[in-house]
Amino acid sequence: MATKVLMEALSPTMEEGKVLSWLKREGDTVSSGEVLAEVETDKAVMELQARGSGVLRKILAGDGATVEVGSIVGIIAAADEDIGSLLQADPSKQAPPQAEAAKPAASRPPPKPESPAMAAAATTAPPSAGRVKASPLARRLAEDRGLELAGVSGSGPGGRIVKRDVERAAIRPLPVAAGTSSGYEDVELSQIRKTIAKRLVQSLGPIPHFFLTTEVDMERAADARAHLNGLDDGPRISFNDIILKAVAAALTQHRDCNAWWLDGKIRYFNEVHLSVAVAVQDGLITPVIRNAHMKSLRQIAAESRELADRARNRKLTPEEYTGGTFSVSNLGMFDIDQFTGVINPPEAGLIAVGSIAEKPVVVDADVTVRRRMRLTMSCDHRVIDGATGARFLQTVRRMLENPLAIVW
Amino acid sequence: MPVVTYRDALNQALREEMDRDPNVFLMGEEVGVYQGAYKVSRGLLEAFNERRVIDTPIAELGFAGIGVGAAMVGLRPVIEFMTWNFALLAVDQVVNSAAKMLYMSGGQIPIPIVFRGPGGAALQLAAQHSQALESWYAHVPGLKVVAPATPYDAKGLLKAAIRDDNPVVFLEGEMLYNAKGEVPDGDYTVPIGVADVKREGSDVTLICHSKTVTVAERAAERLAAELDVSAEVVDLRSIRPLDTETIVTSVQKTNRCVVVEEGWPFCGVGAQVVDELQRRAFDSLDAPVLRVTSADVPMPYNKKLERAAKPNPDRVIAAVKQVAYLD
Repeated sequence: MATKVLMEALSPTMEEGKVLSWLKREGDTVSSGEVLAEVETDKAVMELQARGSGVLRKILAGDGATVEVGSIVGIIAAADEDIGSLLQADPSKQAPPQAEAAKPAASRPPPKPESPAMAAAATTAPPSAGRVKASPLARRLAEDRGLELAGVSGSGPGGRIVKRDVERAAIRPLPVAAGTSSGYEDVELSQIRKTIAKRLVQSLGPIPHFFLTTEVDMERAADARAHLNGLDDGPRISFNDIILKAVAAALTQHRDCNAWWLDGKIRYFNEVHLSVAVAVQDGLITPVIRNAHMKSLRQIAAESRELADRARNRKLTPEEYTGGTFSVSNLGMFDIDQFTGVINPPEAGLIAVGSIAEKPVVVDADVTVRRRMRLTMSCDHRVIDGATGARFLQTVRRMLENPLAIVW
Repeated sequence: MPVVTYRDALNQALREEMDRDPNVFLMGEEVGVYQGAYKVSRGLLEAFNERRVIDTPIAELGFAGIGVGAAMVGLRPVIEFMTWNFALLAVDQVVNSAAKMLYMSGGQIPIPIVFRGPGGAALQLAAQHSQALESWYAHVPGLKVVAPATPYDAKGLLKAAIRDDNPVVFLEGEMLYNAKGEVPDGDYTVPIGVADVKREGSDVTLICHSKTVTVAERAAERLAAELDVSAEVVDLRSIRPLDTETIVTSVQKTNRCVVVEEGWPFCGVGAQVVDELQRRAFDSLDAPVLRVTSADVPMPYNKKLERAAKPNPDRVIAAVKQVAYLD
């Protein structure tokens, strides 16, 4: 039986895809699961896989073509099968298929059990209404697991996403099912918290931001960095790596800032997954350093560099840029003194890092020159109150001003 | 525990309740001298007397009305209909008198009456004598409707029905009278309005009552053996009041549901169950709830057509495959 090769939604937000290059030619024999082409999505370069076996009879969208999700880009059929009727079929009538989010991960090593938020997606925004067919149970399970339904392939009638599809797509089982300790705790909203949420949303956009700025003395951090980088020829440690390490360590002491705002509840995470903003051509993306609180400075340095490289080459998979619990954005390299970042929902906080500059400051009644850096924290007021954010930022500042505090 | 038939379990219930309360009496066609068309009242005329076991003429509306009148003045009549098909002639007394009197008297006149007899199809009794009419009565506020599937439940529910101060429509089954099961000696009741999980399972809930309990149980056995599907069988026992809590709890566990009933599909008991589930278990459903009912036609006389028209394990299994996405 003939199989249409469709442009699949290979990322949660993908609406169209560009065929970068076909890896198979017309007339080639292909089997189900084989990679047919490389497709550039809005976020990354992904592989388009064959959903049936046979001969790739026709390519309808050649290299370089950009087509909408759901369009037919090729036809796989038996060598002698009549595909005339398929060629005439109106591609706009095709239901957009849901790509299997887990598929691209299949060829990679299985996720380690200590990265429990691997399956979590960055957003719990309601799925594009009416487009994704899913059973009520599948919707509930996907929400519980922070999975974006659009990225799940449905096996029910008409592509309906059912329970088993969500279970397959989730890279790890539910924390409760896993036994021992849960990766997070859902806290029902108190009345005052509900009222705060309602009132603040009315005052400023969908997320009621407020901002806290502090200036950090970076002398000791700079000395420590110079010393560490002089030790051997491991990966060079950047100021940003030290900031990431300090933020991760501080978040373990301030769980109230390591949280997601979800509909009707706040999810406080016991693990820190740091979203790190990386500028890429035409935009930015936030790869996630999983379990940053458990990683050494050197591991963070190596991982952030590797993720940033792949981000710039658009080789990140959806799991690598979703599921963060807090963000760090650094524009110091552009000589920005300070700035306010926009929160990456459902996360509740972000720290914007300015440049490190020598400034005259008063120390012990003397004016001296010190290397100083400004941190500006954006807070979702529905989750984080002023004093809560301030206390957290104070911890970050103390850690950076006395790097040994990170270890202690 | 003694094993007795459904018929004898009902007989025990009548005998014990008539012993217990002198206001209880039995009235209907052939209940006395002939000892019951289905021998449910065997030995009762001898044990009591013709004032408490009363043979009536073939006049359902009349003796149902006498029963309602007797209940109005404080007796506890048990009215036997030879079948519920014949009771259609007495619906006015059941619906307009028995069900309404407490309400229309401002709570002054309870009607503690039981209307009982076999309902549903037997074998080749054709269109006019093969009808499961429980949804008719369940529609009416003021009536309780029960339909036990086992001898244990039959005895316990009939005793509860006789002691209840409301009119109770008690549906038996001609094909159930010979069913055997364990029934304890002596007094016990099964509460009206409480369903019973007849078999525990984890993958799909089969909701059934009366004769379809056997259909569901057979389907569940085959599902386990052939498809490794674990089906939970929930016997409603009471149609009204409906035990929504047990149904919802089961579906919250299994996420899938098939309702099996002998009635016709339109406005059937299963339609009410589905209504409850879509409101109270919406977020637990992984598939639309399906129903297996009798075909939407008058019952054919032809043996093969009759078999095809009734719910059977094959049709239940087909529905389960659909809700479990196994096709």
